[in-house]
Amino acid sequence: MKAGSKLKSAVCDTEVMVIRGSDVVVECGGAPMAAERPATRAAINPAFAEGTKIGKRYVDAAATVELLCVKAGQGSLSLAGVALQAKDAKPLPSSD
Amino acid sequence: MNISLILQMAADAEPGRIGLVCDGRRWSYAALMKAARGAAEAIARAGCSYVGLLDESSEAASIALFGAAIAGVPYVPLNYRLADADLAALLKRIDPAYLIGDVERVQRLNPDSGHQTLARADFVTEAEKLGETASGDEHDGEGIAAQIFTSGTTAAPKAALLRHSNLLSYILGTVEFGSASPEEAALVCVPPYHIAGIAALLSSIYAMRRIVLLPAFEPDAWLQLASSERATNAFVVPTMLSRIIPRMDAIGDTLDLSSLQSVAYGGGRMPLELIERALVLFPDTGFTNAYGLTETSSTVALLGPEDHRAALSSGDPVVRARLGSVGRPLPTVEIEIRDEEGKLLPAGERGEIYVRGEQVSGEYRGRSALDAEGWFPTRDAGWLDAEGYLFLAGRADDVIVRGGENISPGEIEDVLTSHPAIAESAAVAVPSAEWGEAVGLAVVARPGHAAPSEQELKALIKDRLRSSRVPERIVFLDALPYNEMGKLLRREVKKLFNS
Repeated sequence: MKAGSKLKSAVCDTEVMVIRGSDVVVECGGAPMAAERPATRAAINPAFAEGTKIGKRYVDAAATVELLCVKAGQGSLSLAGVALQAKDAKPLPSSD
Repeated sequence: MNISLILQMAADAEPGRIGLVCDGRRWSYAALMKAARGAAEAIARAGCSYVGLLDESSEAASIALFGAAIAGVPYVPLNYRLADADLAALLKRIDPAYLIGDVERVQRLNPDSGHQTLARADFVTEAEKLGETASGDEHDGEGIAAQIFTSGTTAAPKAALLRHSNLLSYILGTVEFGSASPEEAALVCVPPYHIAGIAALLSSIYAMRRIVLLPAFEPDAWLQLASSERATNAFVVPTMLSRIIPRMDAIGDTLDLSSLQSVAYGGGRMPLELIERALVLFPDTGFTNAYGLTETSSTVALLGPEDHRAALSSGDPVVRARLGSVGRPLPTVEIEIRDEEGKLLPAGERGEIYVRGEQVSGEYRGRSALDAEGWFPTRDAGWLDAEGYLFLAGRADDVIVRGGENISPGEIEDVLTSHPAIAESAAVAVPSAEWGEAVGLAVVARPGHAAPSEQELKALIKDRLRSSRVPERIVFLDALPYNEMGKLLRREVKKLFNS
């Protein structure tokens, strides 16, 4: 994976765009994400089933990975089995 | 990466929500997305190298922008106010294009071209029809989302390229997705060929703030639309604000403008007294000054609402002066001031503004202006104060070189601003047999005041600056020449001294 590429969940509708991070495998619903979704959906791991929200950014604690959710789904995101956290927005005044 | 993601996300999140209002027609995000997919299909079938728009602002600009993005073809909004000869030259540079708008003018100016031209209504009808069946598959092309011809106030227009990655970095770095409440509406009156016109569409759609288009700016129409559509946000250039303010005095009482939470301005120098007057007239509105260039995907620095009110109410001259600044860099952008040799200058020293960040393209057709470390020389002059607030000081190209000494027009103009009888002034280089160049000064007297004498002005400048800054020639004018976006046309001022 590299910045700008899109990844799809193997278990649900979730799609993310990579903002930061490379050469790691992120999971959704407990299953690895990839550029293409498998023909048959894998089963969702109940430990990673809180769901993703469109427009939210997700990061790991070390901030090596940042993903933008561009399509929501039932699975939740993780890196090597550790759940990613939604990042707080830092609003800027609208300038356009 | 493709900017069509912005509209796709809005259409996925809330397909039925109204995203755009133009001439009484209301477009949902889903309807816009469908038309954009249809436009992409029409563009792909045409097989052209560019998608041109020669038209005022309308829903067609949004549909063409996103349709071109999906098709992987650069979108080129053209300035319909250009003279025939100038427009003909630009049309030639994008041949063959799929062109939307003024069919008659394109055929008259480029009769032997490969352009395929459609009137606005025909394009929208075609896009909606093809949208029923179009796949919407994205194509990367060269990765260029938009090609914008610079206004060419100093030289021939340059074809600035903005990549999908530049525009997306800007939007993702500055706007939170879906952050606008359903009541929010942005009044957009900047023309589609200006970077602010494109940025307004992208930012508003990503925030899911309804866009209310005002195709041709006129102050009464602006105030009435702001009131009837309950606009919460607006962007204006300083000349627009200067025309709105007297109308506020005249008809403001008859309109309810209480919804207007936020007004952003940029694109030219804002006179201090104008923004002070606006802050008084709109006491509950947050004002934001934005500084950016076409080549930087719009805003790179901004002075926010709290900065404005803090400056206005401060007794500290350093804080007070910030009302005349363009604020601080975005968190995702770096700004440096450098001298002519490229050496970094400390706070307080005037030099050329350099910008770096993912949103900064600095790319033109055929060449990149970025240096090896990715810095873009803006050709704008300016300086930073001790806390990083950026002050603009004109274009680097406007420097007057008198006998080897560099003189910035801003130094002289700032001194004259302090004179009670002078409304505005412009200092330019004029040919001088003795010095190579010398200072020529155009002065506009304040209404109701007699123009000061040449002797008085020369003495003031000599006294406050030094003798090299004293103008060799002075002309008195009724008004300075500006373009429609409020940019001072210095080349026109220079011409006054040729005769």
